[in-house]
Amino acid sequence: MKKRQKRLLLVAGGLAGVAAVTGLVLNAFRDNLVFFYTPSDIVAEIVPMERTFRIGGLVEDGSVYRGEDGITVHFRVTDTAVAVPVVYHGILPNLFREGQGVVAVGSLQDGGVFKASQVMARHDETYMPPEAAEAIKRAQREAARTVEHTGGY
Amino acid sequence: MAAELGLFALILAFLLAIAQGTLPLIGAARGDVALMAVGRSAAYGQLVFLGIAYAMLTYAFVTDDFSIAYVANHSNSLLPTQYKISGVWGGHEGSLLLWILILGFWSAAVATFSRSLPREVLARVLGVMGLVAIGFIGFTLFTSSPFERLIPAALEGRDLNPMLQDPGLIIHPPMLYMGYVGFSVAFAFAIAALIGGRLDAAWARWSRPWTAVAWAFLTIGIGLGSWWAYYVLGWGGWWFWDPVENASFMPWLMGTALLHSLAVTEKRGGFKNWTVMLAIMTFSLVLLAAFLVRSGVLTSVHAFAVDPDRGLYLLAFMAVVVAGSLTLFAWRAGKVGLGGGFEIVSRESALLTNNVLLAVSAAAVLLGTLYPLFLDAFGLGKISVGPPYFEAVFLPLMLPLLLLLGFGPRLRWKQDSPTEQLWRLRWIFAVSLVFGMIWPLFVGSWSFLAGIGAFLGLWIIGSSLKDLVDRIRPRRDSQQTVGTRVGRLGRSYVGMQFAHIGVGLVVIGITFVLGYDDERDVRMAVGETVEVGGYAFRLERLEEVQGPNFDADQATVVVYRDGQRMTTLTPQMRYYFSQQQPMAHTSLHRGFFRDLYVNMGEELPGNAWVMRVYYKPYMNWVWAGAILMGLGGFLAASDRRYRIRVRREDEVPDEDAKLAAAGAVDSGNSKGDAEPKPAG
Repeated sequence: MKKRQKRLLLVAGGLAGVAAVTGLVLNAFRDNLVFFYTPSDIVAEIVPMERTFRIGGLVEDGSVYRGEDGITVHFRVTDTAVAVPVVYHGILPNLFREGQGVVAVGSLQDGGVFKASQVMARHDETYMPPEAAEAIKRAQREAARTVEHTGGY
Repeated sequence: MAAELGLFALILAFLLAIAQGTLPLIGAARGDVALMAVGRSAAYGQLVFLGIAYAMLTYAFVTDDFSIAYVANHSNSLLPTQYKISGVWGGHEGSLLLWILILGFWSAAVATFSRSLPREVLARVLGVMGLVAIGFIGFTLFTSSPFERLIPAALEGRDLNPMLQDPGLIIHPPMLYMGYVGFSVAFAFAIAALIGGRLDAAWARWSRPWTAVAWAFLTIGIGLGSWWAYYVLGWGGWWFWDPVENASFMPWLMGTALLHSLAVTEKRGGFKNWTVMLAIMTFSLVLLAAFLVRSGVLTSVHAFAVDPDRGLYLLAFMAVVVAGSLTLFAWRAGKVGLGGGFEIVSRESALLTNNVLLAVSAAAVLLGTLYPLFLDAFGLGKISVGPPYFEAVFLPLMLPLLLLLGFGPRLRWKQDSPTEQLWRLRWIFAVSLVFGMIWPLFVGSWSFLAGIGAFLGLWIIGSSLKDLVDRIRPRRDSQQTVGTRVGRLGRSYVGMQFAHIGVGLVVIGITFVLGYDDERDVRMAVGETVEVGGYAFRLERLEEVQGPNFDADQATVVVYRDGQRMTTLTPQMRYYFSQQQPMAHTSLHRGFFRDLYVNMGEELPGNAWVMRVYYKPYMNWVWAGAILMGLGGFLAASDRRYRIRVRREDEVPDEDAKLAAAGAVDSGNSKGDAEPKPAG
């Protein structure tokens, strides 16, 4: 092989490698994005079934109870407008409390129950998960708009 | 009084940093010896004053001076003394003070150990370090002073976050910061070389040991962080692809690429531009890490309180550093000569492949870490990128890298025969493939992926050991004994092999712990037994115990294997006096082949608790591998040839002579290729 051919081969190989890797990364990226939805989104049924996503909000007061096996936990996540039932198997974070912000990762089951694979609460006492804050903000903005709407006409 | 003294010392250090960041650079440009000499004294002075500031804050912690806001927020009179001392870096302001103290330490270390450098080079390096110091000390002074007074003073401190009251925290941040900040030395050398237009093998040789030490610290720091998360966070996880972990992992990946690229620049004079670029990128990623953690854009255990000023300052600092160094690069890099050519199969191309794969990995992590932040910042919705993305990307990128690692270090520079090297390693390859494929059977049910992981780990360890043995074994016709041959191995070579064996251990550990861990969340009442990973865990009793600054519920769990009593674990649920939140305290039994891990969850009616009972096979192999990698880095940095140059400027160290000779034999036009070309 001549030097030029060799260099050409090297460059072509390099480009092919870069293309393959870019394809791989972008493909993995697209498949594994986890979107965030609020309880209102779930009730409005704009949420994909059978795909993992995150929900956030407050743990509704008085909604937490453990199943008979001691491991399954049921609670409701609210954005102050609507609440969504959540079921989770396992140990909740130390800072999981009724009335506090929470974020859960999981998917929507038949019957509108959100099955969480992971539940996250705040890390310290002064912190609200940003997703939880966002859900409440959106719900309240929505509520304000509705009020305006009915008030105006 | 301590606060005022500390602040005063900090201001003096800032002024010295300004002197260090300007005068030596001006001196180097003008050839003014006196101005150049300012660099060293300024570096020492800065270290002294930063030391005083740091000592003052520590004094305030130890004496419970709650009139200082930072102390009141991060300490408590009941806090055990060792945590008062480590609590100094338990929050944003104090950890930043530690950061700049370490920066001062690195500057002083460069001033001490680089006496042999040409005067201009040392002046430029210290000048650039001074500029970096201006940025960070300024950040501390103007946005995050740890010496702010609290008026009126608090009667009692709010206490250190209980998660941080742990021996792991005492050493994790200092190690990590040694690594992060250490890369500023590699950066300073690169920028100094660009300014001076002298980017040659000598530059790479000066820069290499510093990079190796920084890399070793960062490796150990990340390992410690993972080790800490594993038992303190109580989920049994040791890597979450959390943005903050990614923030430390990106400079590590880039720094690893830099370390390997420097080898080519030092030995062959090649990849110069690329090496400089990597040094700039690595340090930029360090700044990005500081920004991610300290600006409040992320929320995690590591993220400190939100303050828009801080984020803005760091973003501006990062922009100045990146834009400035890239401009300099664009302006000066053209003057840097190319190194010797090489064939497709050669050590250069193996290292090039290593670099490309590592840089692409870092870019993939960057994408996954920043994309959600961008969307959020522009109000385009909230998304997150979870572990599945990173796993999907990393697996295909790491497989070729690990495979290559087995024979890359054996390849000759410039040109080598692929068949010859593969032939020499055929037994290692066959044996590690067979054992790798069988090994999973002893851990659990067989899986192909676990077999591949075990094979790659064994392949790396086996080929590294074989290379070591080949070099130690005396040649048939020579008089040398094993002893003399061991003595002649360069430390940088041995360090490299250590680090590579460490990689092999990490690969095996990760493979088995990911593939075969057994995690059960179960309800356990007193007297009940749970079977996990072939071990029987029996809850003996529940009781209340007291610690120095907490009360706790404690469970006593006895572990049996085949009816034999093995060990007793005592996990606790702690209630710290100063906090509302309870904290689970994990109990672990560590072993060579597996960890047993018990954690308390929630109290249930009927004298029972929800418990986390985990079986983690080969977990310690991951930590052991990380330690070995770090040790390898230190060993490599201590190589004789990095120090010996001082006295014998004209003599070429033997290893290089050998390589140069090998190059001469391989090619026709020897000298020009084997030796780095002068710049310009």
